Amino acid sequence: MEEVLTLKYHISPDDFTRAGEASSDVKGKLKQMGVSPEAVRKVAIAMYEGEINMVIHANGGEITVNITPYEIEMILADVGPGIPDIDLAMTAGYSTAPDEIRSLGFGAGMGLPNMKKYTDEMKIDTTLGVGTTIRMIVKL
Amino acid sequence: MTVRELADSGLFEVVNLGDQPDREITKVFCCDLLSIAMGRAPEGGAWVTVMANMNTLAVASLTDTACVILAEGCSLDENAAVKAKEQEITVMRTEQPVFEAALQIENRLRGYASQL
Repeated sequence: MEEVLTLKYHISPDDFTRAGEASSDVKGKLKQMGVSPEAVRKVAIAMYEGEINMVIHANGGEITVNITPYEIEMILADVGPGIPDIDLAMTAGYSTAPDEIRSLGFGAGMGLPNMKKYTDEMKIDTTLGVGTTIRMIVKL
Repeated sequence: MTVRELADSGLFEVVNLGDQPDREITKVFCCDLLSIAMGRAPEGGAWVTVMANMNTLAVASLTDTACVILAEGCSLDENAAVKAKEQEITVMRTEQPVFEAALQIENRLRGYASQL
């Protein structure tokens, strides 16, 4: 059976000082495992964007990272408000981030587009009032 | 030009010298929106910004930025300064505006290239 290494992270809501810690941890582990710098960068960027989104929009959530010799799968699950219009949310420059978030340097409307750009596969499952699960794959 | 050479150049005040001082600076990059920086900051870049918070450091680290230069007199707050030390990220600061700071680095990079 194929070997899979699974990492799990809990993302705290509204904690901007800690946002990025899970992504940094994954980045460090992938580097140690000898994953190519290009793949490490792609995973780090895509996961950080997702992590920040969970902090800003979704009251935190859970991230699972499955690492195989062939690909890295990231599953970001939250019980936030859901995304009303995925096409609109995927539009570069569109953002619903509040002013206080923008003052921190976020809210450029590049989060989801960056996640798509840096991954080989990305699937969004969202239900209003229930939550959103995003599955992303970076192939090795 | 390496990070250490930039730090020793006297152009900027060195806030923290990170764990890769001998790394070559590849490009200069200017941006204050973190999500754009996340997608565009070049690996090994010298990133000039006025955004001086904890998340700037996270983005710098995740994008493999060589060093961060805080322009317009911006400074890291106490927590962010601690994080820069912990994560061994090179941070410098200057009273100069973003463009002038970036131009000085670019001039040094070009000068270095022309000597090769």
